Amino acid sequence: MKTPTFMLITIAWRNLWRNHRRSLIMLTAIAIGLWGMIWMTALMRGMVDQMIDSAINTLSGHVQIHAEGFLDDPSIERTLPPVRDNPALQSLLDSARVTHWSERIRVPAVIRSERDVLGVTLVGIDPQQESGLSFIADSVTEGEYLAGVDDRHVLVGRKLLERLETKSGRRIVLMSQDPDNNIAERGFRIGGVFDTDLQVTETSYVFAGIETVRAMLKMGDGVSEISLLGPDYRNLDALAADVRAAAGKADTKTWLELDPYMATMLGVMDGVILIWFSIIFVALSFGLVNTLLMAVFERTREIGLLQALGMPPANILIMVLVESLIMLLIGLLAGNLLSWLTILPIQDGIDISGVAAGLEWAGMSSTLLPAVKSSDVLLANAIVLVLGIAASLFPAWRASRKVPVEAITRIWQ
Amino acid sequence: MNNPAVICHKVDKTFQQGELAVHALSGVDLEIASGGFVCLSGPSGSGKTTLLNMIGGLDRPSGGEITVADLRIDRMRMSELAELRLHHIGFVFQAYNLIPVLNARENVEFVMQLQGVAAAKRHALAMDILEEVGLKGMEERRPGELSGGQQQRVAVARAIVSKPALILADEPTANLDSATAEKLMQQMRDLNTHIGTTFVISTHDKLVMSYAKRLIKLHDGKIVDDIAQQ
Ligand SMILES: Nc1ncnc2c1ncn2[C@@H]1O[C@H](COP(=O)(O)OP(=O)(O)OP(=O)(O)O)[C@@H](O)[C@H]1O
Ligand SMILES: [Mg+2]
Repeated sequence: MKTPTFMLITIAWRNLWRNHRRSLIMLTAIAIGLWGMIWMTALMRGMVDQMIDSAINTLSGHVQIHAEGFLDDPSIERTLPPVRDNPALQSLLDSARVTHWSERIRVPAVIRSERDVLGVTLVGIDPQQESGLSFIADSVTEGEYLAGVDDRHVLVGRKLLERLETKSGRRIVLMSQDPDNNIAERGFRIGGVFDTDLQVTETSYVFAGIETVRAMLKMGDGVSEISLLGPDYRNLDALAADVRAAAGKADTKTWLELDPYMATMLGVMDGVILIWFSIIFVALSFGLVNTLLMAVFERTREIGLLQALGMPPANILIMVLVESLIMLLIGLLAGNLLSWLTILPIQDGIDISGVAAGLEWAGMSSTLLPAVKSSDVLLANAIVLVLGIAASLFPAWRASRKVPVEAITRIWQ
Repeated sequence: MNNPAVICHKVDKTFQQGELAVHALSGVDLEIASGGFVCLSGPSGSGKTTLLNMIGGLDRPSGGEITVADLRIDRMRMSELAELRLHHIGFVFQAYNLIPVLNARENVEFVMQLQGVAAAKRHALAMDILEEVGLKGMEERRPGELSGGQQQRVAVARAIVSKPALILADEPTANLDSATAEKLMQQMRDLNTHIGTTFVISTHDKLVMSYAKRLIKLHDGKIVDDIAQQ
């Protein structure tokens, strides 16, 4: 059948502009609705990305290996053999599937300055291996990063430094227990100070060279933790399974398993985005259905005329849908433009330090980076378009089906 | 010879108005020959418009049979009726004839476009017919920018341009001055004489009746008189 598509589009287009005000209001609503969807997801995404980032960055990595029981009781006796004693693990860690990895010693300790004594976690690291894996190499803002595994300096957080009322270059004493339950104590000089978005990180960790820590604790070559990064924080299951197999009798966990709170949080975020989308969409579709029904109702006679002249009912349905489609497309175009224009200037992040202080425990930092993902933008557009057309079906069907007999006979009088 | 263009057999139409049943048409028997030029007259409310509705397949009879172009239209589906109207019947309505968002030329082209006539051809035809009905220079005006009489002429132009076999017109001269009305009737008669288009026209206008070959009078939904003229 010959469908005079062009004529349908012409009529639909002109009909759209007959009631300027109503159409403009609807277009604005669609644009703002889309803008709201894109913004909300960008902010949520930004927040989640940051939370994940800081979770992974802090120390967990993508996958961690510990000795069995270490996570429940992180004491010095629970160690793993070093990676070089396990060729299978060594070759996996050195393969292209792992971008960074490192061994660490991790013990509860007490740090003492001239002024104060505080509890911390002492982390012995391999400075070379550690850089790129965790935040520490990039966060030293004063003094120097550690030079090697037997560097005799320590790195402390800015906040801890303040609490201890000491300075970079001064001496502190670290105290812990060695494997034989004797007190192990050693003086260090503060070689560098690190700054992070999260205070809790600054107050919790003190870093030193791994061999220095081993010497202080009079322990052998065991390690308390192996941490590694894969290419992507999602889809870690296969890598984690292989690491688990290679590590043998040990406790291998992904960052999500290590941080069940984060996993829950991610689920909640997805739910919030979905609810937000639904609310916006329901509001939009009420507007759309109402606008179109009004338009169809006002044009009852006219639609009757079209039918009387021989326009098939299907074409009338298409005509109303085309009108809706044009409105949706213009609205979406405007909405995308608006989103782009408003997100562009804040690509570097929004300062939310005012409200973030209370949220630090959740892993939020003081600047919020909106993360615009093209798949989110496409999804928002697709939702508005597809459901918008679906919402227009009813008014369009009304126009093509219910109206004719009364409408057509009405045009004679 | 040709079969009749329209056959009505015992056609009834009852409108339910609340409790009251209005018998707009009762037992109308009518046969209109191909090439006829028929005028329906009668007082207001006598059923002229209702009868045209039935013949044009715009509404269904409550009883009886209607045959147009050898098809039982009282039994046809909506989409089939639309198809029949598109290819077989031209309409001039009493009022509200034009699509407001289309200009005069586009309104005339509308039906041809639905019929699938090529753009260049329908453009030329539309320009010619508009000139014929005296609207040269007004082709690009929207209905809102035309007088009632001019709108009516666009409607007539649209009805005759694709040369349908049957044209139904409801008081086509109601808004026209007598000179324009005369010219319009002349055009319709020409079409009737030269290509045998069948016309059924409802009117109160003596001028229109004078052009009719056959004059049918309705009263209270019944045919009360049926006169052959000239
Ligand atoms: N949709 C309708 N609902 C109810 N009654 C109707 C309807 N259409 C027509 N009628 C009634 O049917 C009768 C015939 O009406 P119709 O419109 O056919 O008269 P008409 O001869 O065209 O009158 P006019 O010369 O005023 O146009 C009238 O009594 C009218 O009130
Ligand atoms: Mg009438």
